[in-house]
This record gives sequence, structure tokens and C-alpha cells, in this order.
Amino acid sequence: MSQFFENVGRRVLDSVAGIGFALAMFVSAIIGKPQPRKSWPLFIKQMYVVGVLSMVIIIVSGLFIGMVLGLQGYTILVDYGAEQSLGPMVALSLLRELGPVVTGLLFAGRAGSALTAEIGLMKATEQLSSLEMMAVDPLRRVIAPRFWAGLISMPLLALMFSAVGIYGGYLVGSGWLGVDEGAFWSVMQSAVDWRDDLLNGVIKSIVFAFVVTWIALYKGYRAVPTSAGISAATTSTVVTASLAVLGLDFILTAIMFGG
Amino acid sequence: MTQLVELKDVHFAHGDRPLYNGLSLTVPKGKVIAVMGPSGIGKTTLLKLIGGQLKPNKGSIKVAGEEVPKLSRDKLYELRKRMSMLFQSGALFTDMSVFDNVAFPLREHTELPENIIRSVVLMKLEAVGLRGARDLMPSELSGGMARRAALARAIALDPELIMYDEPFAGQDPISMGVIVKLIKSLNQSLGLTSIVVSHDVKEVLSIADYAYVIADKKVVGEGTPDELRNNDTDIIKQFLQGNADGPVAFHYSNDDFTTDLLGGEK
Amino acid sequence: MESRKTQLWVGIFVVLGVLALFFIALRAASGTMTTSGETYTLYAKFDNIGSLKVRSPVKVGGVVVGRVTNISLTGDYYEPLVEMSISKEYDEFSETSSVSVLTSGLLGEQYLGLQPGFIDDSVSMLEDGDSITDTKSALVLENLIGQFLFSQGND
Repeated sequence: MSQFFENVGRRVLDSVAGIGFALAMFVSAIIGKPQPRKSWPLFIKQMYVVGVLSMVIIIVSGLFIGMVLGLQGYTILVDYGAEQSLGPMVALSLLRELGPVVTGLLFAGRAGSALTAEIGLMKATEQLSSLEMMAVDPLRRVIAPRFWAGLISMPLLALMFSAVGIYGGYLVGSGWLGVDEGAFWSVMQSAVDWRDDLLNGVIKSIVFAFVVTWIALYKGYRAVPTSAGISAATTSTVVTASLAVLGLDFILTAIMFGG
Repeated sequence: MTQLVELKDVHFAHGDRPLYNGLSLTVPKGKVIAVMGPSGIGKTTLLKLIGGQLKPNKGSIKVAGEEVPKLSRDKLYELRKRMSMLFQSGALFTDMSVFDNVAFPLREHTELPENIIRSVVLMKLEAVGLRGARDLMPSELSGGMARRAALARAIALDPELIMYDEPFAGQDPISMGVIVKLIKSLNQSLGLTSIVVSHDVKEVLSIADYAYVIADKKVVGEGTPDELRNNDTDIIKQFLQGNADGPVAFHYSNDDFTTDLLGGEK
Repeated sequence: MESRKTQLWVGIFVVLGVLALFFIALRAASGTMTTSGETYTLYAKFDNIGSLKVRSPVKVGGVVVGRVTNISLTGDYYEPLVEMSISKEYDEFSETSSVSVLTSGLLGEQYLGLQPGFIDDSVSMLEDGDSITDTKSALVLENLIGQFLFSQGND
């Protein structure tokens, strides 16, 4: 029995220490005098790796999810003769929920796992140590540009996801199922509020971007530098980040739309 | 003679496992110092302690007169610009070409224009015989070439101290010979101080001015290569001659084998 | 060379993101009023327009011929004035045409139903900027129920 409590206690202490470390890592990576001449190219490169390379999966998924929403929404709404509400249904579910959440999940799987694996491998091959010995702070050199790239590119990806999704819903709803084109857009326009829906969706995606990127970087930086350790860290990134996105989504939704 | 590195009574533990109990050694300026010992005694840890990546639990570590564990971050980074380390794996940045790898410390720490950086990089690559490989990526290099490229990077900023972590491990005899020669000639031509951590006794003793043997959490023997060869302490003899058994046990645990085997029936 | 390509892609990426934002913010396609082509404007005054909205369709016998472009209140009594743009293809509506606010289905959106009037020599055609005088307002459920109860009470 005491063994059990000891284990629980150690777990708790470990996770508190982990949070503390992550926070310290955050502070020392972000704070410090900026060196635009050196950091800008690094940032651009990471924007490419993290953002541009995730674009295809985001756009394709967005299109399909929008089309499915259009199809499903239509079959439900047509029973009530309310198929002209298809526009707001597609737009609201994408902007408020699916855009940020699905982008967050896909981003965790596509970019988050890659970030963890890359940093874990840099650690295993002593590249991080070697940076440190060359008097270059790995937090600023390796972590910071990846963090900013993740933080900026994910909201952009979420916007693309929603836009493509709405277009997909429009294609199916209006082009295929015959919902009036004008009604589709006009009803959507009157139902979607830029502050309540668009802005809240963007805020959500920024929060998810922060959490997912940070978890990925932290897991990579703390990975046990062996092949098993890196694979465990990568898995753990995807699992933790996905759960964090879903959990936070509930909390944010409750705060934004619940009260 | 001035001492570049001085370790006094250093205690260090990895978690619960003590690695050093009162380790002391000194590295005079301009010499090649060898640190030898069986695997698993934390020779890499020793270099990380000197480089300030790890902090000792007790004891003093001085590099160029500065107490490393007590330095502020900025001072430590200043100090690190004067030393460099050659990692066992080379630790080249895999996303850059050989040229960019060698240019990296110059671009980070100096404001030199690109054409001067180019000349310096080519000079350093020439010194390790890899000028022709400058456009290759690290993944295209053989193990020996990667280590030489890493060496070129390590000397890019003309450090005062260079630490080699197992420079000979896993090398074929020819590239081993090349690296031995390189360490020796760099030491003489650039006037730098070298610490070579290795368990390849023959090679390391051929270039070392002075050597330490570490075992059992402290220095068990030291001297010039000749003195060590004539040393008749059991442990040093065992290590230099590579005997399987002796004071350093072949078996990890000291339990009696028969009792361990019969243990299940107790 | 490599880095130029990277920069270009990152630029494209950011531009696409911003375009997506604009697309959503403007809630898409504000230019496609009707099936494109030239339009002319008509006005109609109602007592009550119900939940008619800008961009609601204007239909003749179920066929979309135009869209509501503006809704405002006019006159001393604040009557709703609906501005609609009708495709030039259909420019032969007579002055006697009527327009009513209708609902598609039980719960559907409201739209304007345009009923072409009779044509003879004495009536002219509606032109750009003219008003339709014969209008029927939206049915408001509460009023209907009120009227029903009132007529029951009279029996």
C-alpha cells in the first residue's frame, strides 16, 4: 500500500517538475534579445517545414469534411424543409469547432510528431549538446524558431481548413443537392458573426497551436536519446497533444459559448 | 607552467549512481592530455563537466582560471567560445552541408563577411583533408570523414582547448591513423591544448604528453606514457595490457555465481 | 536557391491563409448576386417584411429572377422599403405586377414572390428605379392567430 502511495507521489512530483521544466524552457526560449538577422531565416525555414508541408493534408481534409457536412446536414435539414439553413450549419460547425479542432489534431499528427522526432534525434546524435558547447543556446537556436512557426502557421492552417470546408459544403449543397446558392450564402451571412464565430475560432486555433507545438517541442527536448525513447516520445506527443486539444476545446467552448 | 584546466576533488553522481568520488586532474597549456579508463566510468561526463553542461555535486572545476560551475550563463557562453568539443558521433548538423557546418560557429559568433568566412572554412577543411567534400551532406560522409569534418568545425573559431570524446572509437586503422596524426599536428601548429578521452590505449598513448587512468570513481594512475607503461600497479597493468580479469572485474555484479544460480531454490 | 524556393512557398502559404480569412470574413462571394449579368433595380414598400433579408431571392413562379439588395425604412411612418435587383433578362414586368413576402416550406427562409400583372395598352412596363405598388406583407403567425380568435369571437 505504501508502495502505491509512493508511486503516486513520485508521478505527481515528476509531472509537476515536468511542467516547471516546460515553463522554464518556454521562458528561456522566448525571452532574450532578438537577433532578427540570424533568427529570421531559421523561422522561415520552419514555417516551410511546419506550415507549408502541412498545407496539403489540411486542405484536402477540409474539403472532404466540408462536403460530408453538406451531405449530412442536407439529409437532416431537408426533413424539416429547412435545407436553406445548410449554409450556417456548415459554416458554424467549421468555424467554431471543426476548423480549429481537426486542424489541431492533424497538426499534432503531421507536424507535431515530426518536430518531436527531429529534436529527439538531434538530441540522440549529440547535436543539441554540440550546439551548447559551441556557445549557441539550443533553446533559442532550435526550439524558438519552431515554436513561432507552429504558433503562426496553425491558425493560418485552421482558416484555410474552414474556408475550404465551407466551399466544400457549398459545392455539395448548392451544386449537387440544389440548395439555392443565394440562400446558402445569405442565410450563412446573417447567421455567422465575425466576432462570436470567426474570432473565437481563431482564438481557439491559437491556443491549440501553442499547446500542440509546445508539447511536441517539450517531448522532443526531453526524449530519452535512444531509438525506443524517440519513438515513445513521438507517440506521446500525438496522444498528449490530441487529448489536450479535445480537453481544451471543451473548456474554451464552455467559456466562449456556454455562458 | 600554467594550468588551463584544473579539477579538484570533484564529486558527481548521475541520479543515485555515483560516478566520481574525489576526482582531481590538471591540464597544462599546450599539451595533449589523455584520459583513459574502462567503458562506463563516465569519461564523456568528465568532458561535459569541464564544458559546464553538467554541474558537479562538490569540488571545483577551473578552466582558464574561471570556476565553471559558478559562472553565469553569459560568462559560461563566453568561455565556451574558447573551447570546443569533438563528439563521439561527430554531431554534425544533418540539415547543412559540410561547408555550412564548419561555417556555423563563424556565422554565429563573428560578424565576418561571407568571403572571409569562405576562406577560413576552406582553410580548416584543408587542414583535415576534406576541402573536396565541402558540398556533401553529413549523411553522405563515412564515419571517419564525418569525424574529420566535425574536427574542422571544432577548430573553426581557433579555440584554446579542444576536447576529444573517443575520437578513435569505431574507426578503421587508416582513419584512426589519420585522426591520430591530426590531433598531434593541430596541437603543434595551432598551439592548442587537447584533452583526449579514449580507451584505445595504444593510439592515445602515442600522442599524449601526459595521461590519467580513471577507474573506481577516481584517478588511479597518472604519468607520462612511459611512466605508465612501466607502472606495476595491478589495475594499470590490467588496463594497458587488456587482461580480462584483474582489479576491474569482468563480471558486473559480485554475487557468487553458484549462490545466484541456486538462488531460486532457497 | 533552395532558400528562395522556401521563402516563396512560405509567402504563398501566408497569402493563402490571409485569403482564407478574407473569404470567411466576407462570408464568401459577395459579387455573385444573381446568375451574373446585368440587372436593374426595383423598389417595393411593405407593411411587414417578416424575416426577409438582404440577398434573399426574388422568384417568379419559383424561378429566381433577382435578389434583395437592400432593406431600409422610409417615410413618416417608417415603412419597410425593399430594394431588389432583377436580371435584365426579365425586364417586361408591367406596372400592375404584385410582390409578396413568401415562405419556402413551413420553417424555410422567406423570399419575395413576384407576380407579373396583366398587360394592355394602358399600362406601361416597370423600369429601373420604379416601385411596385401592389405588395402583400409577410404573414406573421401571432397576427394570424389573433385574427382567427377574433373572428371566432364574432360568430
